[in-house]
Amino acid sequence: MAQPERPLSPFMQYRWQYTNTLSILHRITGILLSLCFFVLVYWLAAAAAGPERYSSALQTLGSPLVKLALGGGLFSFCYHLLNGIRHLFWDAGYGFELPIARKTGWAATIGAIVLTIVLWSVLRATLGGAA
Amino acid sequence: MSLRSPLGRVLGLGSAKGGSGHWYAQRVTAVALVVLGCWFFASLAMLGAGATHDSVTHWLRSPFSAVMAVLLVAVAAYHAQLGLQVVFEDYVSDKGTRLVVLVALKFALVVAALIGMLAVLRIAFGAQA
Repeated sequence: MAQPERPLSPFMQYRWQYTNTLSILHRITGILLSLCFFVLVYWLAAAAAGPERYSSALQTLGSPLVKLALGGGLFSFCYHLLNGIRHLFWDAGYGFELPIARKTGWAATIGAIVLTIVLWSVLRATLGGAA
Repeated sequence: MSLRSPLGRVLGLGSAKGGSGHWYAQRVTAVALVVLGCWFFASLAMLGAGATHDSVTHWLRSPFSAVMAVLLVAVAAYHAQLGLQVVFEDYVSDKGTRLVVLVALKFALVVAALIGMLAVLRIAFGAQA
């Protein structure tokens, strides 16, 4: 029996493209940043607990795996910040035209990568063990 | 025909019985976090090599830094709660599980935010640990 032609839900017929990738990335980086929030609290609490607790916390944060995760967190911050500004402009009603949306999308992505590299190199010097 | 006023209809629309407040709060906290986030990373970058305990406590003892740090912790927690709530609402379809998850999320973020703010204030008030 032939399947009748039925309309598909938008979710089934959307072609995977770069605009929805950026949208999903915004959500993923937001989730990662929520996890980073707990790292921030851990760092502040360690600083309040005194020099010994603080230095052992820095050691934990400086271990290779955590460092890698913090690098991901840094990229998440940069991307979520830039793409978030893009979202705020959309909410105000600007920048919906496809060519502009495409341009700002690239700007957010490339900007986030550049900003991550810049911040990483600066923070590496600052935090020493931790970044 | 509905006898509800336009305002009443706007305030009570949708199966979620709300949402415009959530939407608005997420945007307001986002704008605040643009400033607070940039301030935080700029401050980190200026902390000096090693980010020693001395330099961090010195930094947070300035009233301006302390206020900004408390704001950062509070606003980031609120924004994270709003954002994660949407994520869980999208992917957790069972109503009971969803309720438990959303309440647990709020508890976790409120507790973490209070720990973070207390830590900043302890440093700001110069408590000897």
